[in-house]
Amino acid sequence: MEHAASHHKHHHDDHHDQESLKTLGFWIFLVTDCILFGTLFATYVVLRTNTAGGPVGKEIFDVAGFVAETFILLTSSFTSGLAVLAMHKGKIKELITWLIVTALLGLAFIGLEINEFYHMVMEGATISTSAFLSAFFTLVGTHGLHVSFGLIWMIAIMIQLGRHGINPVTSRKVYNICLYWHFLDVVWIFLFTVVYLMGVM
Amino acid sequence: MWEKIKDFASTFFVTGDPLIYGADVAIVLTTFAIIFVLTYYKKWGWLWREWLTTVDHKKIGIMYLIASLLMLFRGGVDALLMRLQLALPEMHFLHSEHYNAIFTTHGTIMILFMAMPMMFALFNIVVPLQIGARDVAYPFLNALSFWLFFFGALLFNISFVIGGSPDSGWLAYPPLSELSHSPGVGQNFYIWGIQISGIGSLATGINFLVTILKMRAPGMKLMDMPMFTWSVLATCILIIFAFPILTVTLGLLFVDRFFGGHFFTMDGGGNPMMYVNLIWMWGHPEVYIVILPAFGIFSEIVSTFSRKKIFGYKSMVFAMMIISVLAFFTWVHHFFTMGAGADVNAFFAVTTMAIAIPTGVKVFNWLFTMFRGRIQLKQPMLWTLAFIPCFAVGGATGVMLAVAPADYQYHNSYFLIAHFHQVLIGGVVFGYLAGIYYWWPKMFGFKLDERLGKWGFWLWNIGFYVCFMPQYALGFMGMTRRVYTYGWDLGWAPLNFTSTVGAFLMGAGFVFQIWQIAYSIKHGERDRTGDPWNGRTLEWSIPSPAPHYNFAVIPQVKGPDAWWEMKKEMQQDGTKKKPVQLKPIHMPKNSGIPFIMSVFWFIAGFGFTFSWVWMAVFGLIGVGICLLARSFQYDTDYYIPVKEIERTEKALGRAV
Repeated sequence: MEHAASHHKHHHDDHHDQESLKTLGFWIFLVTDCILFGTLFATYVVLRTNTAGGPVGKEIFDVAGFVAETFILLTSSFTSGLAVLAMHKGKIKELITWLIVTALLGLAFIGLEINEFYHMVMEGATISTSAFLSAFFTLVGTHGLHVSFGLIWMIAIMIQLGRHGINPVTSRKVYNICLYWHFLDVVWIFLFTVVYLMGVM
Repeated sequence: MWEKIKDFASTFFVTGDPLIYGADVAIVLTTFAIIFVLTYYKKWGWLWREWLTTVDHKKIGIMYLIASLLMLFRGGVDALLMRLQLALPEMHFLHSEHYNAIFTTHGTIMILFMAMPMMFALFNIVVPLQIGARDVAYPFLNALSFWLFFFGALLFNISFVIGGSPDSGWLAYPPLSELSHSPGVGQNFYIWGIQISGIGSLATGINFLVTILKMRAPGMKLMDMPMFTWSVLATCILIIFAFPILTVTLGLLFVDRFFGGHFFTMDGGGNPMMYVNLIWMWGHPEVYIVILPAFGIFSEIVSTFSRKKIFGYKSMVFAMMIISVLAFFTWVHHFFTMGAGADVNAFFAVTTMAIAIPTGVKVFNWLFTMFRGRIQLKQPMLWTLAFIPCFAVGGATGVMLAVAPADYQYHNSYFLIAHFHQVLIGGVVFGYLAGIYYWWPKMFGFKLDERLGKWGFWLWNIGFYVCFMPQYALGFMGMTRRVYTYGWDLGWAPLNFTSTVGAFLMGAGFVFQIWQIAYSIKHGERDRTGDPWNGRTLEWSIPSPAPHYNFAVIPQVKGPDAWWEMKKEMQQDGTKKKPVQLKPIHMPKNSGIPFIMSVFWFIAGFGFTFSWVWMAVFGLIGVGICLLARSFQYDTDYYIPVKEIERTEKALGRAV
């Protein structure tokens, strides 16, 4: 690797290009994820009235629960934004703190969602009860899986920040996880509207 | 204990069919032969270092090519078995369940495990070279895409000796594909085989879109790009918008089968028609995904072998872009008979006919490129010339099918079978074969033998018409698809027999092509110039096969047909290329993670297939660990020193 050392500056430029390339790719990945959720939403909308004698949305959605989930997730999106601001100022401790806050809020969200699902299943509203509930659990569950995946990823990035500090590679990673986090927030707003609000109307 | 094992084995392995036992023996013998050869010649390390861990787009392309030719063989054998069964009325060659499994695997393999990887082979081999890049945007992801495809295809293919093949058609319509009607594991193999390789295809779409948008040589504007690169760009856009729909659709079918969901079941409020809509929202763009690169290939070949620049460059680009948009608005024409209503059917009939317009524009552009050109009838050009009339007829029968009221007559008849084979063989297969002949010297450094190639060409072509023209007539006579036998009284025997003869002629054509490859490895004309066809685009400016880093110096591009212009300039100046200052080249390091992660995907898929949750969870955890391991890797690239580049270029006969 002695050659790499002698071309250190050059190396640095190549890295910059590569990081911006990866962020562009991540944006396109988000486009595909958008279509994935779009397909799930379309399926849900088609099947939402097919309750087959099972419970309807009004009977099983807990208003206090999903409102709490919404506020927690929206707040976590805000704190992830604060993390990126801290990164731009080069303040590593502040950055990691905000990421921890974001992750904890995400964890609380997942906890509430598991609790919600658990209660529904206990009341006999399971994924195999009706087409409506299959679509509900799949759509909301896919979002929940995305958030859980994001949590593990965020923890991995925090460890890397601790090891390497803020450099082009780690800041690209922080930027992308926050993009992902905001994206999940946007998806949730649609879930909140289409599934929960229209469900209890 | 012994009884238990026997019980398990009798359901785990497919039993009771001499054809399958023959295949079992062949698989075991081949596996042992491969292991023996690798061990005897001490090639395991070489295999791991040079191929299994490679991130070089050229090698990944070659692996895609080999895999797709194997799958062409497998899908082709399926086709011949079906044609044998149908050759005469009341044949007892295959029983009905076996026939169902074979037409299912034939369709799925030919589209997803033959056409797609052959297309990705050409993407990988050609695109970075055409745009003057040293690799794709994400080499690691590229390797991962290949191995996901490979293990997805493997999972799908083992179904015929383990557990049983899927048998509910290549698109697995529910309720036939639901647990209620297909309780076996075959359908699970279908879901997971396609799901795993589908993730890879999606990643390839993202990868090549970014590569084309961001990694072109300096000076190459979008409207200077070679036509094949344009077709790949259009295809990538289609992949990005279509493949997530496939992922969801198969995911929902899996939820139905594994968790007892009710998306597409007949009870619990499920709606099978939802599946048919969703699968064709992916499925129709999918046929344009495989045909657009073929259009790109024909454009390159027509231009090169007519010694002219392509006629109507801009209209070619617009035509492809229009096709890629319209492709998303035609899906209902696959099921006009579902009963969506006259207004819906009318809309989709019109969009379907509209898509013939940009396609027609392209055909005229190819013809005008040839007009007054100095045409050379080399192998790639032969296939291109065969494509044009074949695709024109296939397109015309497509417009016939697009007439919604008339479609009630044609629907699911052999007329439809003949139509889509004509556009898929005449368009996609001829196109990819033309591309393989055209870029073969660039991949391997020698040309494929002309004489044997012509045998293959004529057998394929005559075989094609003998096989499929009778099927149009059979469709009119009332023969529907997926029937496994028919009576003497129907009068279908002579045409069916003719069709079978044609299928075997195509099979013979394929054998000639394999012979041609084997013969040419030793005797083929070597390509020492790097530019065997007097080409026009940048891939012909470098040695064949291209060195690891592709371009010692990244070229400066001034307009379309960059290499052609450079050659003209060099002739005028009367000088050789000016000596240039070499710089160290930045390259990605090889990695074993894509291969290992895909093995874990395979384990997870196998576990889900047999509902062995422990195994599925183990596989998914493995996948997660691989992802994390990659995330923590920072030392992922290196520099090739100038001395080594000089040495390589000199060895390839290039003065630097």
